[in-house]
Amino acid sequence: MSLWEYANPRKFIETTEKLVPALSVLAVAALATGLIWGFFFTGDERRMGASVKIIYIHVPSAMMAINAWVMMLVASLIWLIRRHHVSALAARAAAPVGAVLTLIALVTGAFWGQPTWGTWWVWDPRLTSFLILFLFYLGYMALWSAIEAPDTAADLTSVLCLVGSVFAVLSRYAAVFWSQGQHQPASLSLDKKENVADVFYFPLLVSIAGFILLFLALVLVRTRTEIRLRRLQALDARERMA
Amino acid sequence: MPDLGKYAFTVLSAYGATLLLLGGLVLVTWVRARSVRQRLAEAERRREAGNG
Repeated sequence: MSLWEYANPRKFIETTEKLVPALSVLAVAALATGLIWGFFFTGDERRMGASVKIIYIHVPSAMMAINAWVMMLVASLIWLIRRHHVSALAARAAAPVGAVLTLIALVTGAFWGQPTWGTWWVWDPRLTSFLILFLFYLGYMALWSAIEAPDTAADLTSVLCLVGSVFAVLSRYAAVFWSQGQHQPASLSLDKKENVADVFYFPLLVSIAGFILLFLALVLVRTRTEIRLRRLQALDARERMA
Repeated sequence: MPDLGKYAFTVLSAYGATLLLLGGLVLVTWVRARSVRQRLAEAERRREAGNG
């Protein structure tokens, strides 16, 4: 069976019917476990004190804010190259989820920055590129809403997504590229030496899994809604013509 | 409840804002999905009645 069969809206709706409840249950379980474990059952960090508990929401949301844009980029490329409507609708469906995750990363970062750096905000490369990424999310959603012709909207938003990918990459690597600013480099890495201490690391991994699962569940539900909305608009148009 | 000391305000505010934003996103997603599903079902019924 080919992967492209799932580009058929009917097939997509059928396949995701059972997937959504399973993903939702797993997301709630992982989020509850990771956050409760991290918040109630881990101690303070030597330098950051109890403020380290913000890591369980800040790091996963920031990670998924960038990954959501990467997912939108892949879906947009599929639309531009193969013209599969489901992929364009999946990109559209992911944008509000990515925007909220970016906002969470910015807000929790400000709450964490205040006691750590003594300020809510600095024009640091990573923070600034994250703010621009958030503005790109808003622009992307506005562009979808502003254009009535669905294929034109999908084309233009896909191009915007390609442009915005620069800031998604910058958000991830800004601290490395410029080696300046307040923000520390990544808290997690495949290189074990760069990771946070194990006592924070394991609940953080569970929390990240929860955010990933929640993202997937929400994007699937929203994509199903976008597909149904497209069908509804077609039926309404047919009714008006009759 | 763990003793958050002088970080209580920032930690609790960060968690509160996150739960509020995630909860709002889930609620909006669910309500919109339900509404569109119902509207589509009605439109499909009208179409079948028209064809019949």
